[in-house]
Amino acid sequence: MVMRRIIPCLDVMGGRVVKGIQFQGLRDGGDPVELARRYYADGADELVFLDITAGIEGRKTIRDLVERTARSVFVPLTVGGGIRCVDDAWRLLRSGCDKVAVNTAAVRRPQLLSELADRFGRQCVVLAVDALRTETGYRVVVDAGRSVTRLELSEWLRRGQTLGIGEILLTVINADGRQEGYDLAGLRLASSICRVPVIASGGMGTAAHMVDALAAGADALLAASVFHYGRYTVRSLKAALSRCGVEVRPC
Amino acid sequence: MIGIVDYGAGNLRSLEHALAALGRPSRRVSQPGALRRCSRLVLPGVGHFGAAAAALHSSGLAAALQTWVSSNRPLLGICLGLQLLFEASDEASGTTGLGVWPGRCRSFDSDCLKVPHMGWSPVHMTTGPEIPAAYFVHSYFVPTAAGPTHWNWRGTAHYGVEFLAAGQSGAVTGCQFHPEKSGPRGLDFLKEVLSW
Repeated sequence: MVMRRIIPCLDVMGGRVVKGIQFQGLRDGGDPVELARRYYADGADELVFLDITAGIEGRKTIRDLVERTARSVFVPLTVGGGIRCVDDAWRLLRSGCDKVAVNTAAVRRPQLLSELADRFGRQCVVLAVDALRTETGYRVVVDAGRSVTRLELSEWLRRGQTLGIGEILLTVINADGRQEGYDLAGLRLASSICRVPVIASGGMGTAAHMVDALAAGADALLAASVFHYGRYTVRSLKAALSRCGVEVRPC
Repeated sequence: MIGIVDYGAGNLRSLEHALAALGRPSRRVSQPGALRRCSRLVLPGVGHFGAAAAALHSSGLAAALQTWVSSNRPLLGICLGLQLLFEASDEASGTTGLGVWPGRCRSFDSDCLKVPHMGWSPVHMTTGPEIPAAYFVHSYFVPTAAGPTHWNWRGTAHYGVEFLAAGQSGAVTGCQFHPEKSGPRGLDFLKEVLSW
């Protein structure tokens, strides 16, 4: 039996947590290390840092954050953003994270996934996929939500799994930041295709949204704003999920 | 001083941080000779049974670990480190493990299950240090029938099948989960095992 994982996500830019709506209109959300420690103490099952800073300075900043976080946070930590090669991943893993998430670079060069899996094991590789719901189906989006590709979500999920990944982190952009619920049709599609765990991301507003996402096939649940802005603590969310009959790790 | 056996398998940083948080100084040991300066050892591991066993054998660490265990000194194997305590694994047919405990590691049935088993699962301890749930990442498992005839204590978990989650026999302890990634209760578990 595997319990349902609750994963707070911290979007990090220039050493600060930021949160936007549909990848735009960013607001300051605090110090990442301090927030990570709070979520950990509160019962987070894992943490994700998504680095949305551009450039080399950003790389150093995120490594420093990972290094400081890993000293006092003893649950798995995933870091994504700007990982383009095995060396980028290695530098982050050496700083103390447990998994790396890749998105745009894997779409541009799918071989990156097998290179990472061969070097670190596929349990270490999270394929982050941003998808846009369109009239003709779900399309993969890259460049932090800016470029819609012609690649179909289902095609990319199938391909990704053959290359060596341990998990899929699916964000449907239409739902992201609205706190009106995860995109359930997208989750159903992904979970029907995936032989690896699917982490639902984008749109969480209430515990009921999480229950719906689990029913749609999600294995783990990621959320950001509801924690950053205090609608729930990890503890109160887990208590609510537990009342709904979801098996979560007791805090 | 706690020695962390370093045979080039994965990230030792998390384990070092966890030991530091418990106030236990540690050092990495990669040569058989360096074991002398340690009072207890941790054998970590993420990766492939075959590659890890080969690295342990070729460096002489395997023989040194077997001597260590036969002189009844404390050793803790974590994740792949637990599996390496056994004789063999489906992951690498023909490769021998340390053979400290009898038995062979088996592979989860990927036709029925998502493999690896990744995430938090409840742990059922017979006796021994309590840990209600722990973080697992593994594609192979130790069957509950494997291992020594006498356990000081033992715990199991379930993922498609019942498997060995943790156990202690003599001075040797093994756990399939990652105590260093299992939150505050994981650190408590680690502390208790290391004070035994």
